[in-house]
Amino acid sequence: MFGFKTESLFRQTKQLEQEIDQFVDILSEVGLVFKSIVSLYLNNGNADKFDEMVKQVSEMESKADKITKEVERALYEETLIPDARSDVLRLLEHMDELIGMYQGNCYHFSIQKPDFPKEFHEDLISLSDTVVNCVESLCLTVRSFFRDTKSVRDNAHKVTFYEKESDKQFSSFARKIFDSKLSLDQKMHLRYFVEKIDRICDQAEDIADEIQIYTIKRSI
Amino acid sequence: MDLAIIVFLLGGLFLGWSLGANDAANVFGTAVGTRMIRFQTAAIVCGIFVILGAVISGAGTTETLGKLGSINALPGAFAACVAAGLAVYLMTKFGLPVSTTQAIVGAIVGWNIYTGSSTNIQVLITITSTWVLCPIIAGLIAMLLFTITKRILRYNTLHILRLDAYTRLLLLLAGAFGAYSLGANNIANVMGVFVPISPFTDINIMNILYLSSTGQLFLLGGIAIAVGVVTYSKKVMLTVGSDLLRLSPVAAFIVVISHSIVLFVFASQGISNFLNSINLPAIPLVPVSSSQAIVGAIIGIGILKGGKEVKWDIASKIALGWIILPIIAALIAFLALFVLQNIFNQTISF
Repeated sequence: MFGFKTESLFRQTKQLEQEIDQFVDILSEVGLVFKSIVSLYLNNGNADKFDEMVKQVSEMESKADKITKEVERALYEETLIPDARSDVLRLLEHMDELIGMYQGNCYHFSIQKPDFPKEFHEDLISLSDTVVNCVESLCLTVRSFFRDTKSVRDNAHKVTFYEKESDKQFSSFARKIFDSKLSLDQKMHLRYFVEKIDRICDQAEDIADEIQIYTIKRSI
Repeated sequence: MDLAIIVFLLGGLFLGWSLGANDAANVFGTAVGTRMIRFQTAAIVCGIFVILGAVISGAGTTETLGKLGSINALPGAFAACVAAGLAVYLMTKFGLPVSTTQAIVGAIVGWNIYTGSSTNIQVLITITSTWVLCPIIAGLIAMLLFTITKRILRYNTLHILRLDAYTRLLLLLAGAFGAYSLGANNIANVMGVFVPISPFTDINIMNILYLSSTGQLFLLGGIAIAVGVVTYSKKVMLTVGSDLLRLSPVAAFIVVISHSIVLFVFASQGISNFLNSINLPAIPLVPVSSSQAIVGAIIGIGILKGGKEVKWDIASKIALGWIILPIIAALIAFLALFVLQNIFNQTISF
């Protein structure tokens, strides 16, 4: 009616909702694949399967990139959510960076092949679990930002909790590495990996903080 | 039809154009200012519904304005309209959402003073009291709706995009309702002074289409308002939408619907009759100020948000315009009547 295409607006809205949901699904799934990759790597598992999983992460990252571009195009071309548009796009970009961090970690395992001695395996798996839990909580925070703003605070609180946990685990893990009898170059190498994994939580916490601000802005 | 009659009617059409450029912008100003609806869409919907409102429900407020001072010669009505239109145009130039209602009332009082006719003080008091009541009622309605909506939205799980789509649709519907109410309520400002001296005869096409001479005047006035909306309202829309208070799209909807309810109530013969039938005092059918209603609603929401976000300096500038406008309109009317009578030898009253 009068250039206001109601039907197509609702169709487009539904499609965009699905794309944003898909994006969050990807972030969540990448975390789970990352967890499996770490576990597979430490147990010297099937190299083909390892490569296949790294490739899977890469494909998921490309898909997330594509969705970000599509959502960006639709939001600007159709002038949707004018008051929250820039917030939503920034949020997607920062989540995309998070996926990129997972991907970077996977590549580094694949290329640099760090040598984690057996006594550190449990620590690394535990750190990875905490990181994935942190990002899972972030996914819930993101979903609640889009659909149920009153739950944002609770979910964001969980992200902060896991980030603190991860910091603690990182400190103790790094201390353990440097207290060990490994050579300095190996210590530095392992610390690099542990630090990079821990950074995922820092980024997740920053995003959760952003979301809390966006939620205040979203109030009518 | 005499060419002079057409020229004199142009005064009313000019006022209609002014009203469209200024007051009608209030209806879609918040929606366009928050970029929820494109100006083009807003202008078309607004134009159509203003015309419908004017033709279907414009009679009630016209009667009230007629009681204030019955201008009984076309040149006199022309002068009043030109004066009101010029006054509104001048204020619009400064981007201030002023009121055509106050301009025409100022101009009619100017005609009354110039011709020595008496001004119906009772009607003047009724009209001016609505100037005060209108923004207060709009503000209260906005506060109520804002509180309810906030509560509903707190417990809903609508996706942000879905909420955006619904809000757009609601803004469009509220805008259409607002435009209808504006046409119904404010057509009196544009064509009211011409009704007692309408140059038209009733049209009846095979008993299917009947349009009285007043109806034809209202149709013409409605079209003039629509032209004003399309050609000159964008600047005021952006002032209302973004300068006074940064509104969220949902708040914008509440502002428009509150404004529309106030205008509709003050123009609705049906509601007035209903209240009468249940022994309640009837609502005076008075052309109220669309600008005042919108500002009242915006300030109402601003107060609920703590009052910090309301740009009081702009609000006070607008209020200043409300006082200056009727005085300017009365002065211009006085001058125009003098010129018409003494230079063009026109009869300005009988």
